[in-house]
Amino acid sequence: MELTGAEIFVRCLRDEGVEYVFGYPGGASLHIYDALYKQDAVKHILTRHEQGAAHAADGYARSSGKPGVALVTSGPGVTNTVTGIATAYMDSIPIVVFSGQVATSLIGNDAFQEVDAVGITRPCVKHNFLVKDVKDLAATIKKAFYIATTGRPGPVLVDIPKDVTACKTEYHYPKEIALRSYAPVTKGHSGQIRKAVDLIVQAKRPMVYTGGGVILGEGSKPLTELVRLLGYPCTNTLMGLGGFPATDPLFVGMLGMHGTYEANMAMHECDVLVAIGARFDDRVTGDLAKFCPHARTVHVDIDPASISKNVPVEIPIVGSVAAVLKEMIKLVKDSKTRVDKAALQAWWKQIDEWRSLGCLKYEHSDKVIKPQAVIEKLHELTAGGAFITSDVGQHQMWTAQFYKFDKPRRWINSGGLGTMGFGLPAAIGAQFAHPGETVVCVTGEASIQMCIQELSTCKQYSLPIKIVNLNNRYMGMVRQWQEFFYDRRYSHSYMDALPDFIKLAESYGHVGMQIDKPADVEGALKEALKLKDRLVFMDFITDQTENVYPMIAAGKGQHEMQLSPCHRGATSERELA
Amino acid sequence: MRHIISILLENESGALSRVAGLFSARGYNIESLTVAVTEDPTLSRMTLVTRGSDEIIEQITKQLNKLVDVVKLVDLTEGAHIEREMLLIKVEASNGAREEIKRLADIFRGRIIDVTDTAYTIELTGNGDKLDAFLQALGKSSIIEVVRSGPSAIARGDKGLHL
Ligand SMILES: Cc1ncc(C[n+]2csc(CCOP(=O)(O)OP(=O)(O)O)c2C)c(N)n1
Repeated sequence: MELTGAEIFVRCLRDEGVEYVFGYPGGASLHIYDALYKQDAVKHILTRHEQGAAHAADGYARSSGKPGVALVTSGPGVTNTVTGIATAYMDSIPIVVFSGQVATSLIGNDAFQEVDAVGITRPCVKHNFLVKDVKDLAATIKKAFYIATTGRPGPVLVDIPKDVTACKTEYHYPKEIALRSYAPVTKGHSGQIRKAVDLIVQAKRPMVYTGGGVILGEGSKPLTELVRLLGYPCTNTLMGLGGFPATDPLFVGMLGMHGTYEANMAMHECDVLVAIGARFDDRVTGDLAKFCPHARTVHVDIDPASISKNVPVEIPIVGSVAAVLKEMIKLVKDSKTRVDKAALQAWWKQIDEWRSLGCLKYEHSDKVIKPQAVIEKLHELTAGGAFITSDVGQHQMWTAQFYKFDKPRRWINSGGLGTMGFGLPAAIGAQFAHPGETVVCVTGEASIQMCIQELSTCKQYSLPIKIVNLNNRYMGMVRQWQEFFYDRRYSHSYMDALPDFIKLAESYGHVGMQIDKPADVEGALKEALKLKDRLVFMDFITDQTENVYPMIAAGKGQHEMQLSPCHRGATSERELA
Repeated sequence: MRHIISILLENESGALSRVAGLFSARGYNIESLTVAVTEDPTLSRMTLVTRGSDEIIEQITKQLNKLVDVVKLVDLTEGAHIEREMLLIKVEASNGAREEIKRLADIFRGRIIDVTDTAYTIELTGNGDKLDAFLQALGKSSIIEVVRSGPSAIARGDKGLHL
């Protein structure tokens, strides 16, 4: 039987196993919306902005490991998704975005709501397609999912002109697809893995540094096993948190610009660096000239282009982290060389010394709410098991530092692009992927306003997300940089004319709370977490002067961290604005 | 160092802009680029000339390989290869200069392919240096128009770049 392109589209999603499509309708996608209306296998979730749809698909993908799907119309519909697509691209998240397009006969005519969607998104997708013939539709959709989810994952856009969704053809969804120009590797090179293990077991001051690739590649089990087998210290990047259990004594915390003293010092002093699914981002390495000066480096990554991009690598291994780690475990177990226990003990003694500094220490207060204390309490009350999304800024860094992630896919943030506005829609996606689980969005009063309209989506679908707004009345991270590097000229970082967040939440049909006393933090969080079927917006009025420490300023090396003034016994006498 | 990268890519609309976009987005330079369909109509062959340190060239080839439309590529400068470029040039050739220009074209094994009372159009093939030398020999004053194809190149020996 012949089906229309719109019907084929819906059947493809069904056959691909897609549960949810996050989207927003418009002229060019009306045939598709009509086809969606006539079935209930694929559920459409109406967001309030296409950016929200893209981030929700992204949050769904990050929290579940399955591809996220968004559907938008042509023109402004698809341009609104660009931030979401770029966010997914920078963090290698598998999403497939479908955009309506003007009819093929109109393409190139500056038709109403026409944009070159393929052209606009080209630099921020893994791949994209324009489907010009309904006969190609099913195979293209199959390719899109295949490309998005294999190798180094990433977003794929499929642009579908309106007439293609009206034309008819036989439906056939290919079970498998092979592309002559795309063959992602899986297994690593055995010889290289053997060489790497030889080096790893001989290390005197080893360091295991892992990134988002461990999360994306389902590598945290074998990683945890390998690190425990060796007894080596392990650090995670911002994107890698949860890849190794944060409460394990072998974990030395996050590294990089706002990483722990012990993680960054151990990086600086190590003699063998084992990088797994990490990409030596500038926020991690600091000044490249001063990066890991004593280390011989092993790098495991699925993407050959990530290897030796920023830092030269002695033993590169291209392959899926899970497969490579499993092979490494076997080789370590069979290895004749035993780990040098004495050297390792001395190394741990040194690390524990760095650790004893307690670099995340902050000044406690019973007058004003310290943002770090809110996150610590949140961690305690959710027993470290919640799905936590965040926006971008100080609150993001404090969450990364103080919420101890023991499991992968629980920490959902925009690391690469640093997209304010990501947190709430991402929480929507995570909540759909995990109904019944606690999903918390930690945000700031600036970030939350970038996609605040999604509160309406949460109401429509009864999503009981908990929003923790760390409200410091500043774009805190911007203010911090202005304090440190611009002589306290707080240019446009002050958030004036803030809404009453309680009323705002209530007007969307949610529960709003404002908390301004440290003594009330625990009670408020408990009460909110108890409201299992309601979205609760907790507006925490926090210390305006608090900064994120430690900090490696731009151009500094990893060993050149700036510590919190409370380490000098100095109380903060800083004045704002 | 100068590198010549030969690429087989899907003969699809948009493939060229993916390659060009990669170079501009990552700040790599393109000295020249030629592309045309191959004997297999689903494939195009591109010859791309670029410059960069070994690390940059390594990144360029890796990033190119990552493009889904790129089927295969080779850095021809890694082995022996032949490089040719075509020059089409229109020069003033009035009474006094006609003989001299014809002689010059012959020396460089160029061919005059169009003639008017006052001008010659000459076709010349060779590597870039030879074309440069010919232009220099002609002198600026007589040149009306210059079109260069940019190099195409192929490896020496009996092996070819194909699927
Ligand atoms: C879309 C976007 N615009 C601008 C920025 C630059 N930026 C980074 S952090 C930040 C301030 C965030 O303020 P807030 O959400 O209140 O969080 P805080 O730092 O105070 O915790 C800004 C403006 C960004 N990351 N994303």
